[in-house]
Amino acid sequence: MPPEDAAPRTMFEKIWDRHRVLERPDGQVLLYVDRHLIHDGSEPAFDMLRRRGLKPRAPDRIFGVPDHYVPTDTRETAAIPDPARRFMVETLERNSAEHGFQLFGLKDEGQGIVHVIGPEQGLTQPGLLMVCPDSHTSTHGALGALAFGIGMTEVTHVLATQTLWQRKPATMRITVEGDLGAGVTAKDVILHIIATIGAAGAAGHVIEYAGSAIRGLSMEGRLTLCNMSIEAGGRAGMVTPDETTFAYLAGRPYAPKGAEWDRAVERWRALATDAGARFDREVTIDAAAIAPTVTWGNSPQDAVAADGQVPDPTQEEDAERRAAMQDTFAYMGLTPGMPVEELRIDRVFIGSCTNGRIEDLRAAAAIARGRRVAEGVTAWVVPGSAPVKRQAEAEGLDRIFTEAGFDWREAGCSMCLGTNGEIAAPGERVAATTNRNFRGRQGPGVRTHLMSPAMAAAAAVTGHITDVRRMTGG
Amino acid sequence: MQAFTKLTGIAAPLPKANVDTDQIIPARFLKSISRSGFGKHLFANFRFMEDGSENPDFVLNQEPYRKAEVLIAFENFGCGSSREHAPWALLDFGIRCVIAPDFADIFHNNSFKNGVLPVRLPKEVCAQLMEDAKMGPNARITVDLEREVVVRPNGEEIPFKIDPLRRHLLLNGLDDIGQTMQHAPAIDSFEAKQKASQPWLYA
Repeated sequence: MPPEDAAPRTMFEKIWDRHRVLERPDGQVLLYVDRHLIHDGSEPAFDMLRRRGLKPRAPDRIFGVPDHYVPTDTRETAAIPDPARRFMVETLERNSAEHGFQLFGLKDEGQGIVHVIGPEQGLTQPGLLMVCPDSHTSTHGALGALAFGIGMTEVTHVLATQTLWQRKPATMRITVEGDLGAGVTAKDVILHIIATIGAAGAAGHVIEYAGSAIRGLSMEGRLTLCNMSIEAGGRAGMVTPDETTFAYLAGRPYAPKGAEWDRAVERWRALATDAGARFDREVTIDAAAIAPTVTWGNSPQDAVAADGQVPDPTQEEDAERRAAMQDTFAYMGLTPGMPVEELRIDRVFIGSCTNGRIEDLRAAAAIARGRRVAEGVTAWVVPGSAPVKRQAEAEGLDRIFTEAGFDWREAGCSMCLGTNGEIAAPGERVAATTNRNFRGRQGPGVRTHLMSPAMAAAAAVTGHITDVRRMTGG
Repeated sequence: MQAFTKLTGIAAPLPKANVDTDQIIPARFLKSISRSGFGKHLFANFRFMEDGSENPDFVLNQEPYRKAEVLIAFENFGCGSSREHAPWALLDFGIRCVIAPDFADIFHNNSFKNGVLPVRLPKEVCAQLMEDAKMGPNARITVDLEREVVVRPNGEEIPFKIDPLRRHLLLNGLDDIGQTMQHAPAIDSFEAKQKASQPWLYA
């Protein structure tokens, strides 16, 4: 640990320093991993471990959950029709039984998407170093953890050693100052940020989100924000833990209790970036400039205000960018300069580790209440976890959705990436609360538009992309 | 892991930025725990039409690029998912090296772990190499990790830099686990200190 009179440090640097086991002369640092989250796509790592004759070093640090391959119309592993997908879920169960790590199985009351259940269970805590074989591990940074995605070979390394070799990334602070306008959510904030700095704008950096607009976000909003740090190219995204964080964590199953809680909170308060600490890059965003936002292309950076128009590729001076835009326009079925609200929708997907929490479902239900899903539109609501589903049902949100014609389903990743087989048909246009609008991600030939839960619900009931402010008087 | 020392092969030009992992290997094909067999699905949404037939316009369906061992692309290659299936698919197809102005962080990491060499070169150099690649079967370029140079078909050498540890591991086909195990006492010591300062993490 650096001496007390050391130079001011960022929150990231404090957490990095606390987890440094050793450093090589070439700058590679061996970091200790506090929480290792795994999902039902993790079998290759256990397979590699077995081939080396090794066992997990710290099973008590591993937490598994099936989410990527599980269907959202059943909780029975045996009922998964595709044997290859069923195998993925079964091997996670077998690995848990063999190695003794905690599993939130398909029928467990804590099951859900890995990045929803981590915070929900109190596994995610300020100051921890967390990894998972999923790029959206950055989500957990919302509570002031340093969390990032890793590949399967690195998962094997963490299983074997509880550590990871990393080179220290650069730091970036994105400050959003001011009040967010009507209908503007954390999803709109992060889409606006990505549109501003670009899909590689934070490459090689860990982002700290700061400013009054960020402090004003609920815990769930912060989770959405940090979730999509990876779409800006970031290695991780973080928010300083504060009273909002502590109130959220208090009493959760894995949160410290009693005197240990007080010790923990004291430790967590000390994580805040020191006055005078330097970031490698600073970006400032005016909250008032952010509108409800929707993507038009095949990168999250291709985003405009919901009451705006798609761009005109012919106005793009860079030839390479112009050609790429024209290719995107052909795939997405767009006309240059058209208002995004003219885009008719075939499917709506509300859910994912980005926007599948209770606050997200409440926002969508507020729009769906008393309305009907438009003719010809298929709309799904997939809660981010079993606890979210139970809470939504206790609040009557499921009835609002089903009465409006939405399909109310079980928890899982589902149509976000379709590894479980839940995809749209070629040519269908999807309004999604997910994180990636990549070509073919939700199925071959599928056209994905990213937006907030309220915006997605508005698209469901109107049949086209709709600025949610038109429906709320904002 | 297969070592990477020096490769001379056909380079395929892919003049696209932000080539994401869903393009490299669509999620619907991630149903095997084996590292092999993904090559046939590499760039599936571009290589194949809806009816499953080949798209003749896609570079990897054209001669001589069906046998490409090097891929040249533009910035932010490999953005998106942490799925290691992306380098697995490239490797299984036969591509051992990707040259681009920059790479998404996780893909960059994953490539080294699987014997795929990601080489960062300035965009204008990548554009130049793409022009070289259009020379067809004569467009054989050499990627020499030992000397850290890319050699163009005309013999011009372009230097690149790779992290020394990663270079060592890749040249020798090694992974990190063995060397990390040697630091077990340091890891034990770290855990003991953490247990004392944050006992709630061990409850």
